[in-house]
Amino acid sequence: MFSTLHRKLLHDLWQMKSQAVAISLVMGCGVATFVMSVSTAVSMYQSQSHYYEEFRFADVFLNLKRAPSTLVPQLAAVSGVARMHARVVAQVDIDVPGMIEPAQGSLISIPDYYERGLNELHLRLGRYPEPASPPEVLVHESFASAHHLRPGDSFHAVINGKKQRLTVSGVALSPEYIYPIRTGELLPDDRRYCIIWMRRSELEASFDMKGAFNNATFSLLPGANASAVLKAIDTLTAKYGGLGAFTREDQVSHRFLSDELSQLRALATIPPGIFLVVAAFLLNIVISRLVRTQREQIAALKAFGYTNRKVALHYLSFAAVITVAGIIAGSAAGVWMGLGMTRIYVKFFRFPYFEYHLHPAVVTGAALFACAAALVGVITAVRDAARLPPAEAMRPEPPASYHPTFIERFGVETWFPQTARMIFRQIERQPVKALFSVLGVALAVAVMMLGSFSKDLLNFILEFQFQRSQRQDAIIAFNEPSDSGVLNSLASTTGIRKVEGFRSVSTRLRYEYRTHLVCLMGLQDDHSLFQLLNIKGGAVELPREGMIISQSLAKILRVQTGDILDVDVLEQDRPRHKIRISGTIDDFSGTSAYMTVQALNRAMKEGRVLSGAFVTIDGAMAAQTYKELKNMPRVAGVNIKRAAIETFNRTMSENLLRLRIFNIGFACIIAFGVVYNAARIALSERSRDLATLRVLGFNRREISRILLGEIGALILAGLPVGMFIGYGFVAVAIEALQTRTQRFPLIVEPHTFAVAVVVVLTAAVISSLVVRRRLDHLDLMQVLKSRE
Amino acid sequence: MMSFTTARLDAGAELKTSIAADVPVLQAQALTKVYHMGEVDVWALRGVDFDLFEGEFIVLLGPSGSGKSTLLNILGGLDVPTTGKVHCRDHDLSVADDDALTSYRREHVGFVFQFYNLVPSLTARENVALVTEISENPMSPDEALDIVGLGERKNHFPSQLSGGEQQRVAIARAISKRPDILLCDEPTGALDVTTGVLVLEVIARINRELRTTTVVITHNAAIASMADRVISMSGGLITSVQRPPVRMSPRDIHW
Repeated sequence: MFSTLHRKLLHDLWQMKSQAVAISLVMGCGVATFVMSVSTAVSMYQSQSHYYEEFRFADVFLNLKRAPSTLVPQLAAVSGVARMHARVVAQVDIDVPGMIEPAQGSLISIPDYYERGLNELHLRLGRYPEPASPPEVLVHESFASAHHLRPGDSFHAVINGKKQRLTVSGVALSPEYIYPIRTGELLPDDRRYCIIWMRRSELEASFDMKGAFNNATFSLLPGANASAVLKAIDTLTAKYGGLGAFTREDQVSHRFLSDELSQLRALATIPPGIFLVVAAFLLNIVISRLVRTQREQIAALKAFGYTNRKVALHYLSFAAVITVAGIIAGSAAGVWMGLGMTRIYVKFFRFPYFEYHLHPAVVTGAALFACAAALVGVITAVRDAARLPPAEAMRPEPPASYHPTFIERFGVETWFPQTARMIFRQIERQPVKALFSVLGVALAVAVMMLGSFSKDLLNFILEFQFQRSQRQDAIIAFNEPSDSGVLNSLASTTGIRKVEGFRSVSTRLRYEYRTHLVCLMGLQDDHSLFQLLNIKGGAVELPREGMIISQSLAKILRVQTGDILDVDVLEQDRPRHKIRISGTIDDFSGTSAYMTVQALNRAMKEGRVLSGAFVTIDGAMAAQTYKELKNMPRVAGVNIKRAAIETFNRTMSENLLRLRIFNIGFACIIAFGVVYNAARIALSERSRDLATLRVLGFNRREISRILLGEIGALILAGLPVGMFIGYGFVAVAIEALQTRTQRFPLIVEPHTFAVAVVVVLTAAVISSLVVRRRLDHLDLMQVLKSRE
Repeated sequence: MMSFTTARLDAGAELKTSIAADVPVLQAQALTKVYHMGEVDVWALRGVDFDLFEGEFIVLLGPSGSGKSTLLNILGGLDVPTTGKVHCRDHDLSVADDDALTSYRREHVGFVFQFYNLVPSLTARENVALVTEISENPMSPDEALDIVGLGERKNHFPSQLSGGEQQRVAIARAISKRPDILLCDEPTGALDVTTGVLVLEVIARINRELRTTTVVITHNAAIASMADRVISMSGGLITSVQRPPVRMSPRDIHW
């Protein structure tokens, strides 16, 4: 039934509509960020697990040099293995018409005729390859859509040194390549990296792998001991050049997906927490003030016989209406943002079906959190309303007690005009409220910084990685270790200016019982195109003996400079060595280890052999250079820095911009909510004083200064606190980004601080001015007659 | 408090009637004021002529709704008349905008309110200083407080003062700018008789010693006997103007 109290509720809410809307918005932001991150995470997790299950994503992965097919039954028989699938995988260069630089492909064998196995393909277009000439292949959807390839189209690939035409029979997806990224890169490059599936017999023939395999995937029985399985597989494959079996956790696509999921989970806690705390505070000040100004109404209600419970419920209803509005608006915004997030994910993560699902439990959870925050916010005010004895409530509230402020005790009050003292004493009289207002403004600044720091971080990484550390224009990989003579032919290629060879060897580093698979890099003595740099600046000298390892690796192995590592080389004769750690490098490229080429060659008991080269290229001749490189038989792949930077910029800038816009919105809502409410409360508490001053001859500007001075002082105090808190949030966020293999530095550019401050200050000033306009309508005559 | 009354006020002496100067401080002619309340026009003033002379003590009497508050608002520069003219010194209040009214209040008018309207976060001295800081030729806050006998309590906050003391601080605040007109709106309305008398004595003494033109509006007819001129209002019109033969001392008034 719609009672008179309900009518009063609606009327009062209408009177304080702007404040109510401001609080609803802040609350809505909390609900929205929660709904967005949790619903997206749940959708992604569900898509992932359905996909993995339905298309039998493998549990264990293995690369090896070459093993005979006779090894297959032995591997399949390893205790704990449910199913095993042997494949041939090769890296190829792809020549796409219209693209001057070569693209890279991973060529993966599939059974000659379709059979159920592991990592099954989901055919999006076309059909399974059939025996044909030129050979038919399936290509990954990411590459197909980047180049508009359709069934029946064809392209060229350099397969084992021979340029071969391939016909696309279909476009496919695989659970193994949900995030189709080349190892060692930060973002997928759909234009330059492709997964190609080819019938086993054709691939075997091209690579001379008949009766052999170089890659295997395994599924495990439920409850199998993964590390025992890995160990057994490694033992069986050691003499066939096994590079060490690894689980899903180290599978590139899976790892990126898991990292994204854990970041979404982190997103579900911090931002909603910030918004709900601010909303609770705002509800507290607004409803407390409402109860204070309605003392006499409360008294009258109680005098008429309304129970304390009814009165309490009435004031609780204010919070309830505001909260429910926030929940509804926030849930809608959360779903909208979740859909937007999903659209971004669909671009990066290739699922056969990735649909956004909103689980009712997510909204229920968000609603519960919002209600809990609201209850915490209003509980004291509602209790005060319930406890107010009617007789006492009839009397006006006793005049507020004030004292000289702390700083005035030092005799500095003579420096300030009376109006400044009013401001100081007002703030000092309600320190908790002032503190929360400061905190609210600070959180707005912090949210702003949280939305912008990733740009600083990426700029830093780009600059560090691509300008200071890697000074080459391209990295050329040889299809097999080659003697240093190849450098001469590279150097004589058109457009190539400078050449520096490197050797890279797959190794397993061991210390005590801890092991890690690492690609050990050998750099030239006089290396200049690839610099070893600490994040905090300063080049690291490569010692003549021993190796330099990254700090992340040192942390994983729990070793320090001077320790001696067991190094099991996983290539060729698989020699084992003991190598001393001569230093560590604080980079963020993950786990890496470096030696000089000479020392590495010695360790490998080989001559001066190289795996590839860093080169600089004359930009004007780049097209010709790439053309010649494509045709060099030794060259297995060319990784072009400029292309990597472009991909990075193209894909990230759009997402970063979106993130920043969201965060600017969030920060403005917090700043507006906090400042507008603080100003309205200040106006309500001080309107009588201000009107009195007007009657005494103060003009509007002078009384505005008093009202806005207090708000201004709180805002100014909040800005530096916000920069401090924001820096802390960024540190927490960066810590959450750290994975076992990737390290990120804590970078916040002065620019980020400045933009955060300017945005919040602008929002704060605008909301203060909105309240300032109300000063023009102060009823001067009323103050002559009314008591507070 | 008693020390103040004995020391500063010659309580036993009969107060002499102030002689009004010939030049009016303020002149009002044919004032009307109409409030539009929805579809109804309410005539608060229906044509009031009114002069205020230097040093004069006027009591404006009338029941609620008689128009005395409206007249006070116009005299005090809080409102403008619907028709008619008001001049005070160099100010034409009938056509003044908000800025002009503000500077008029600032330069010429001292207000004393029924409910004191002190700023709670400022001490007695600071409440007075609030006004002296924006005035051109003010007395010092200490001097103003000494006049109302609160020199000893100048560092107290309003919450530490009694109602009478708060009203005296308000009077000190009003006179500190040396106003041409002191407007007191029901200055004793919130006080008990004893305290009220004390407050009226301060107002009377200021009128006498500083020769500040004083208008007290009240519905308490007893107060009228301390005035030079008593103006009674009813229904938006001045119904009578009386000049009491003798100005009585507030302490001889009973109500």
